[in-house]
Amino acid sequence: MATTLQPPPIAKVPFGVRRLKQYDSEAPSTGVWVGLAAITMTFAAFTSAMVVREGSANDWRHFAFPTILYFNTLALIASSFTLQVARKRFASLDTSATGAAPTLRALYGTLVLGCAFVIGQYAAWQQLRSEGLYLSSAPSSSFFYVFTVLHALHVIGGLCGLLYVISKLHRAVLRRNTLSAASHYWHFMDVLWIYLLLLLWIRI
Amino acid sequence: MSEVSAHAAHHAPPQGFIRKNVFSLDHKVIGKQYYGLGLLAVLIGMVLSWAMRIHLVWPNAAIPLLGKIVPTGAPGGVITPEYYLQLMTMHGTLMVFFVLTNVPFAGFGNYFLPIQIGAEDMAFPRFNMMSFWVTFVGFCVLVAAFFVGDGPALSGWTAYAPLSALPSAGPGQATGQTLWAVSIAIFCIGQLLGSLNFITTTLDLRAKGMTLMRMPICTWAWFITSCIGLLAFAVLLPACILLILDRLAGTSFFVPSNLVVSDQLITQHSGGSPLLWQHLFWFFGHPEVYIAILPAAGIVSHILITSYRRPLLSHKVVIYCMMAIGFLSYMVWGHHMFLSGMNPFSALVFSFPTLVITIPATILTLIWIGSLYGSNLQVNSASLFALGFVSMFVTGGISGFFLAQPSIDVYLHGTYFVVGHFHMVMGVAAIFGMFAGTYFWAPKMFGHMMNETLGKIHFWGTFVGTYCIFMPFHYLGLVGNVRRYSAFVDDYLAPLMPVHKFITFAALFTGAVQLIFLFNLIYSRFKGKPAPDNPWHATSLEWSVPSPPPWNNFGGRHPVVYHDPYQYGIEGSTGDYVMQDSPEQIQTVRDDKKLP
Repeated sequence: MATTLQPPPIAKVPFGVRRLKQYDSEAPSTGVWVGLAAITMTFAAFTSAMVVREGSANDWRHFAFPTILYFNTLALIASSFTLQVARKRFASLDTSATGAAPTLRALYGTLVLGCAFVIGQYAAWQQLRSEGLYLSSAPSSSFFYVFTVLHALHVIGGLCGLLYVISKLHRAVLRRNTLSAASHYWHFMDVLWIYLLLLLWIRI
Repeated sequence: MSEVSAHAAHHAPPQGFIRKNVFSLDHKVIGKQYYGLGLLAVLIGMVLSWAMRIHLVWPNAAIPLLGKIVPTGAPGGVITPEYYLQLMTMHGTLMVFFVLTNVPFAGFGNYFLPIQIGAEDMAFPRFNMMSFWVTFVGFCVLVAAFFVGDGPALSGWTAYAPLSALPSAGPGQATGQTLWAVSIAIFCIGQLLGSLNFITTTLDLRAKGMTLMRMPICTWAWFITSCIGLLAFAVLLPACILLILDRLAGTSFFVPSNLVVSDQLITQHSGGSPLLWQHLFWFFGHPEVYIAILPAAGIVSHILITSYRRPLLSHKVVIYCMMAIGFLSYMVWGHHMFLSGMNPFSALVFSFPTLVITIPATILTLIWIGSLYGSNLQVNSASLFALGFVSMFVTGGISGFFLAQPSIDVYLHGTYFVVGHFHMVMGVAAIFGMFAGTYFWAPKMFGHMMNETLGKIHFWGTFVGTYCIFMPFHYLGLVGNVRRYSAFVDDYLAPLMPVHKFITFAALFTGAVQLIFLFNLIYSRFKGKPAPDNPWHATSLEWSVPSPPPWNNFGGRHPVVYHDPYQYGIEGSTGDYVMQDSPEQIQTVRDDKKLP
């Protein structure tokens, strides 16, 4: 025996379902968090590899960091601030009389600082090379290059994300959650870099 | 924007042959592409195993044509010991990565996960397309090793360093091993993209009313597997990067000091840790076992429930057991390394969770078998293969109890006992899950029913055949038959040759039986009886759409889910079941219990 249910017997809106109406914009945010979990795991694996490798032989070589690394760090931290400024300006876009220009300026600022970080990292690698420290010179230099190059590649990915966000904003089709997803990724790269710098500073 | 238009904007209908069938954004096409790639890989892997089995029992016999295809690896058609190991490496790599991971997880998961949760597509269709084509490139890079220099790598699918880290370590260890490492690194990227998509889709794209606990068990299995895969492949990728750097850039992550290879002292590398590779590899490798088996377990649960015409004894317990298995899978990797030279005390640490993981696995098995009691079992090809899966899972699982104990594993680890164990519990069981899924879902995927008589013949041939192949392996291992030898010329192994011959004949027979499946699949695809929307009278959402479904799954409609996934054995307007999206109220539930 069957009767028709009216309305659907759902006592409360479950997790995820309330996002349904706007899932186009929620998925990037979830996707970024899931992606960050994978990136965390990758760098955790590299970290454990470094700890094991350091203890496996007496060939660990300590060397001084290129000074430019610290300036690069400042540039990356500053880029996080400019990105936050962009988010704030974007949030008040509807009430702003100046349109998207202030948001775009902050995003371009982030882009420039991000590029400066990557170029600065390249300069650091060049400096190490000039001192005779190559990828295969010592296990410590191997890990230094592996960590910094892979992080720089991830930052370049973030720069591509920023360009995507900027192009969307130019076309006036940027969603707030897309900007949030990009900024979560960017801030994570910032935190990851500080972690890597501390790790390398302690170990190398 | 209304709900409907928001969904409709997800992606436009595909136009043109290339967009529809090759670089398609449609999760269903991508699922079929994964399935097709898996089918190709399993055929290659099976032919390689035949060549190995024939060589083992007739080590001096020339295999026709092989001498012409591989003049260096098999001069005159006779496989060299090195080429035997190269075949073994490719067999293992193809089967584990491109078959057992691809089909039950990426293949069926891609096709059915979005439909089962009521979504129009995956969360990131472009990433989804990219994940398949990245995987395909990985496959091509791996198979290319057959055609370069002195052939593919010989270090096994586990690629233990320093054998895998030194190009001078043997035939295939130059270009072949590099291609292996690059291929697996590419494969990891594809799987990470796929896992990201599965997780995001499950969390964000569920239809109205589709709570997490209302998801079918196979959806749960794909979701849990994608969580496992996300973390496991994120560890294998760094391992492969470090291996590639050791091989190509002269670093010393895995190559120890003072190593002598082929009478040459290795001076370019020093201080590396071979054990580090094993830790990184098995931290991925053991969860990989569950990446292969959990989707199959989910598919089998889904099919068994439909065949029993009643839910399993506890829907929630099945899901919690799968979660527990996924969680514990990260704590047991060291049980692959009891003989590796790691601290013997750590063997105990790894042995304990290995034994603990048998508890949720046993509960799952008891639920599958216990739910059979009092059920109204519908015997068909899908349900037979599902029950066959349970049989293989139990048989392979029991031998795991022995191997989990370091003192016994020390004796058995290097023998055929281990080969029998993992082929049963991981290989054959997952493949039975794939067959069950194929017979069950082919009507939905292709719009035609498969032939049931041929399906049943295929089942019995495969079931008997696989037991004939892999049960004797356990006996061989117990009497000390070592694995990875290309020929058994030692005196103490000679008396075992009749057993090996029996296994080889069984392997050839079982392989031949698969031709029936292949014929059935292809013939039914074009000439099979047209499939109705819901041929099995099942309840989940994939059966509420046409066979095959339109490009946007629900034709622009957005299903609302009213019920738990398995409302069987009740009085519904359609018979003994009520579909998940049916708005009718269920007055009575199975076993005449009143609803609370």
